[in-house]
Amino acid sequence: MDLDRLIKGGLIVLVCLWMTVAVVFPVLELLVRSLSNAQGEFTGLANFSRYFRTPALAGSLTNSLTVSLITTMVSVSLGFLFAYALTRTAIPGKTLFLGIAMVPVFAPTLLNGIVLVYLFGKKGVVTTGAFGLLERVTGMALRADIGLYGPVGIILAEAFYTFPQVVLILSIALRMTDARLYEAAQSLGASPWRSFISVTLPGIRYGLISAVFVSFVLCFTDFGAPKVVGGNYNVLATDIYKQVIGQQNFSMGATVSVILLIPTVIAFAIDRFCQGRQQAVVGTGSVPYSPRRHPLRDALFLTYCIVISCAVLCFLTTAFFVSLVNVWPYDFTLTWKHYHFHDTGGGGYAAFFNSVRMSFYTALLGTCLTFGSAYLLEKLQETPLLRRIGYFLSIIPLALPGLVIGLAYIFFFNNPHLDLPFFPAGIPNPFNFLYGTMGILILCNIVHFYTVSFLTATTALKQLEKELEMVSESMGVPFYRTCFRVTVPVCLPAILEIALYYFVNSMATVSAVIFLYSAEIPLASVAVANMDDAGDVAPAAAMSMLIVFTNILVRLVYTLLTRSLKQSAQAWTAP
Amino acid sequence: MGQYPEHPTMETNSPSGDKVSPPRLPHGNGKRGIEDFPVAPEEPYLQARGITKRFGRSNALRDVSFQADKGEFLCVLGPSGCGKTTLLRIIAGLEKQDAGSVHLRGEDFSNVPVSKRNVGIVFQSYALFPNLTAAQNIAYGLRIRSRRRASIQDRVESLLRLMGLSGFGSKFPAQLSGGQQQRVALARAMALSPHLLLLDEPLSALDAQVRLMLRGEVKQLQRRLNITTLMVTHDQEEALTMADRILVMEGGEVVQIGTPMEIYEKPATPFVASFVGSMNFMGRALKETHRVYRLGEIRLHVSRGDHVTQGSHATIAIRPEDIVVNRISHSQNSLSTKVVSLEFRGPLYRATLSLPLGAAEQCLLQADIPTEKIRRFGISENGQLDVELPSDRIHVYAA
Repeated sequence: MDLDRLIKGGLIVLVCLWMTVAVVFPVLELLVRSLSNAQGEFTGLANFSRYFRTPALAGSLTNSLTVSLITTMVSVSLGFLFAYALTRTAIPGKTLFLGIAMVPVFAPTLLNGIVLVYLFGKKGVVTTGAFGLLERVTGMALRADIGLYGPVGIILAEAFYTFPQVVLILSIALRMTDARLYEAAQSLGASPWRSFISVTLPGIRYGLISAVFVSFVLCFTDFGAPKVVGGNYNVLATDIYKQVIGQQNFSMGATVSVILLIPTVIAFAIDRFCQGRQQAVVGTGSVPYSPRRHPLRDALFLTYCIVISCAVLCFLTTAFFVSLVNVWPYDFTLTWKHYHFHDTGGGGYAAFFNSVRMSFYTALLGTCLTFGSAYLLEKLQETPLLRRIGYFLSIIPLALPGLVIGLAYIFFFNNPHLDLPFFPAGIPNPFNFLYGTMGILILCNIVHFYTVSFLTATTALKQLEKELEMVSESMGVPFYRTCFRVTVPVCLPAILEIALYYFVNSMATVSAVIFLYSAEIPLASVAVANMDDAGDVAPAAAMSMLIVFTNILVRLVYTLLTRSLKQSAQAWTAP
Repeated sequence: MGQYPEHPTMETNSPSGDKVSPPRLPHGNGKRGIEDFPVAPEEPYLQARGITKRFGRSNALRDVSFQADKGEFLCVLGPSGCGKTTLLRIIAGLEKQDAGSVHLRGEDFSNVPVSKRNVGIVFQSYALFPNLTAAQNIAYGLRIRSRRRASIQDRVESLLRLMGLSGFGSKFPAQLSGGQQQRVALARAMALSPHLLLLDEPLSALDAQVRLMLRGEVKQLQRRLNITTLMVTHDQEEALTMADRILVMEGGEVVQIGTPMEIYEKPATPFVASFVGSMNFMGRALKETHRVYRLGEIRLHVSRGDHVTQGSHATIAIRPEDIVVNRISHSQNSLSTKVVSLEFRGPLYRATLSLPLGAAEQCLLQADIPTEKIRRFGISENGQLDVELPSDRIHVYAA
């Protein structure tokens, strides 16, 4: 047996091992807990039957499904029109519009709720008609109470949150259509409407299904928005939080998690199936579609894009404004005092810098881990069965909501003993030391955002011919040398993209880390939740804005890096 | 051959004593280098014995054996899916055979990994490292052998010159044409003076003209360096023009091995006959007497086909270019036909002739007739044409 093959095989085993420890064990632990009582005794489905017999709890499931379905309808319709405008019309400023539409990704979902409260809440701008100003000026009762707290608020906030994802998925799907199909339809005398029904919709059907499920799952599992604007309207995600943090009822928390997991896993399976199909729709010989001018249509879509972009910018401006106003709604002088975090909980700047550090490490380690794993699974020829298992394990995290990962991590890493089959006494948990450290936060974030990054890396790697590895092997060059000399440089754009994705999401996420942060390591996004809880809403908005600004800054750095990278690599990427 | 100072293998014997490629052996067998062994004259340079490979339930290769001499150019020819690429990958060590063995200079290489076989491989897709220049691509395998920087540079320069790529060393693959890229790939494969050069459809991705040019260049280079080469192709013309010997494969098995002339002149099976060049299969004929067959109502004399027993049937075949057009018929296999259609092909016409075999029966024949003859004899569609099927050009396949 030669050394090279041994090393390769060993590395693939390592990939499968780390995925097992970081994903499979914690989820198994969670499943076991959902079937046990508080004392850890096995009780079968007792928790589940208790859940469904308690009306206050069981109602949450219906509530979650209701808001998720409505949100999905809203955001997919809005997102489709927006994506259509960006890909199929000749409007100006497409890049700008796309950039603005992506802004909500940078903010914690809690911020969506906070802004909604300031706009539509009891003392909100719209609810009070700009604090009676409109009534005094116009003499009419220009005010509207939309009944924010409850489903309305949740749907608004979640639609805002899922909109960018829908736009992204649908604009990719819309861009992948073959222009020749439209030419064929046109030459056969089809009306624009007919070719929309018979060419456009079938062409993006998988993308559409994917958008529906992604937005459903994001909304179904989100915790930030319902926490702020949910009022007495309980949903599953807030239930888990209340059971675990409020009542310290971990078994019930696990049970609700499993109930949350079931629709998510189903949606995930359907989505994976559709993603696979979407790639097969367009062949390599297809011609990209380039839209022609059409004054009326373009004017309509331009108006639409401007309205949506203004809404997004208005949202962001309101958030910024809220964080600057002295005492809402009594004293509108502007001040930076909310950015001092002097007499608020949550940890202030320590929390902010912890978040930056955590996101930086997540980006650094996550990118290395993700790209390395994807490389080993994609490019090596050894142990095909093990590589397939590794690939499967890498896809699983996509189906796991942040709250579920967080809770599963408490169960697994806080457990001093590992209960293994055939070892009645168990063995000491070798990963216990991670609990309560920065390490577990980083690991949790890596797993939470693993699959999307992994798929980005895999796609980039697939674009390199597999013969490159064979050629270097035939010349006796070890595989790692070719990896560092050729594969990594060629994949650098994808690597940067993965790093950005990890950083931005780690900054904004609340759900995965809210169970795992410790008093010594406060985090910015958690501080937003805690300050909002304590009524320090303006500082909460200020902290959110810090997160948003940091993410925008990092995004700018990324753009500059990519641009200079493109320039230096121009020689060998030129056609 | 000494008139080529840039001959890469000549550097091996340069006075500096800096060996281009240390002989590499099956790992850890404790023997001396292969090159130290005198090669017995009867020992073939490369030998494959009974190679079998299964993918799932289907047989990709069944009991494939062949051998090649030092410096020989061997072509593996066959339609897609016949297992030819699998065979190349097994010889390279990229794939492991289920049964059989590969020997190089009498040494069993079957379990030696690709990195220790010292083979140069060129793929259809070129497989050049996109972020490295042509020179860096060529030097890629040299650098790992900790040679001095200057000597690497010399070697790369001489290879670039050899390939007619002088001055292109600093270009990236994306800046080179398809033909140039494939030359770089070839130079890279040659850089380590491999024992064996393996070419996997190296010319298929190129334009027709470039392909024709590279065909000659590759062949010339291979001759000059005297490197044993195995090339896989589905292009019969490529195989006929380049190979010293051709190995025709069908359905995972070798159906014929021979020189291009042998393969073309004496195709062993109807498959080979139709895959290499074109062939008229005239249908089942009855063997009447020694070297005389009856097809419908006509009688054909042949000078082959002794393997068929009298009174049994055989398939009679003839190549289109072997059909002779005569004004005055006098020889034994002269036949009267009708011209069904004429297709102009420049120097010749491909004529479709209808040959009556009996009252209702007829047989269609393709014949290649020089344009000059068409003009001279005034041959036209729907006219009568007397042709001769020379008895020594008729192929007989036992039915």
